[in-house]
Amino acid sequence: MELVIDIISWLFLIVGSFFCLTGGLGLLRFPDFFSRIHAASLTDTLGASLILIGLMFQAGWGLVMAKLLLILLFSLLAGTTASHAMAKAALKSGLKPLEFKKGVYKELSGETSSKP
Amino acid sequence: MRDLFAVVMLGGIYSLLSASLFLDLDAVDVAFTEASVGAGISTLLLLASLKLVSRYERRTRYKPALALGVIVVTGALLIYGTLDMPHFGSADAPAHQHVAPRYLEDSMEEVGVPNVVTSVLASYRGYDTLGETLVIFTAGIGVLSLLLVSQVTKDESIKKVPADMQQQIILRVVAKMMLPLILLFALYVQFHGDYGPGGGFQAGVIFAAGVILYTMLFGLSNAQRVFKREILELLTAFGVLIYAGVGVVCMLLGGNFLDYNVLRHDPVHGQHLGILLVELGVGITVAAVMITIFFKFTWRTVKHKYIKE
Repeated sequence: MELVIDIISWLFLIVGSFFCLTGGLGLLRFPDFFSRIHAASLTDTLGASLILIGLMFQAGWGLVMAKLLLILLFSLLAGTTASHAMAKAALKSGLKPLEFKKGVYKELSGETSSKP
Repeated sequence: MRDLFAVVMLGGIYSLLSASLFLDLDAVDVAFTEASVGAGISTLLLLASLKLVSRYERRTRYKPALALGVIVVTGALLIYGTLDMPHFGSADAPAHQHVAPRYLEDSMEEVGVPNVVTSVLASYRGYDTLGETLVIFTAGIGVLSLLLVSQVTKDESIKKVPADMQQQIILRVVAKMMLPLILLFALYVQFHGDYGPGGGFQAGVIFAAGVILYTMLFGLSNAQRVFKREILELLTAFGVLIYAGVGVVCMLLGGNFLDYNVLRHDPVHGQHLGILLVELGVGITVAAVMITIFFKFTWRTVKHKYIKE
């Protein structure tokens, strides 16, 4: 039984770490702000929550699990909201997403900024 | 770098990194303080003050070569001074000879608080912490006297200026969900400081951050309906009063200043009570000062905006 729990837990931890790694890579390599913020938010939603779930399996029932659950809820709420706020602020202040056309990146044409 | 916004953000990142450094050195309380005060509230207050001034630094007309020279020389002297100090972590450093072992070995019997950091901070080094609280109090007074803006206006409509982020529905909904949790966590940090990492400073700052979040999203007038300006200004002094008052009560009961042993019949119980009260005083002062400073900044911004329109 313990072995099964360990395997499940490590599965979660490894997949979570993979998402953190790809998130970091995307943050460095993506071409514009909006795709980068997508990568960054991937790190703190999918990456962090999978790692936290993996840690919950390690902790077992108890106070530690409750605390991890609270951290998970909090980071899910706060991380996604922060990403949303940043993306919206960027759009409002006039930053336009890039568009990939015929092998080059170009600024998306047309009205993108939402009215205040 | 002339973009002050980027400078503030870099400062926050630096604080967060040094917090993780402290965590690595097993100084959980210090890391907690650094994360909440350094990375959290000071970044927030600096951003708030950036809103009052312009975002970009003006070009200096003078050459700061002399200043740079002074800084380099002073820095070199300071580094030279550290050469005499015992090596990092060396066992025969004076700090590890008599002070630290005494705190670690006798604190449980003398103070009876599981978190030694709290017992050192609030009991053994009570004077120092009183001084720190006074520093924060003085900072609050300083800001109040620098931003001498009275909030008394004849025009009532200025009080109904909506917050900048009034329209951000997602942020408002999420903030409404998180706010009770933040305030509850602040109280937990405040009263659990004897047993785990935490204490008055961190709790006060977290509480203030919750109130600031509310103010940003729901407007100054709404926030000030709960946290009245006069009461806040009173509370800044009240926290210090609690702290120093505990000391005076100790003296009246026949002990030394801030010698909590005499507060109850049992010295350990006296210590518990004293630390609880003192931390409460610290928390009240810190929270009230931070909220007051932010309210003052926000009031300035609201007023400027209103006059412009």
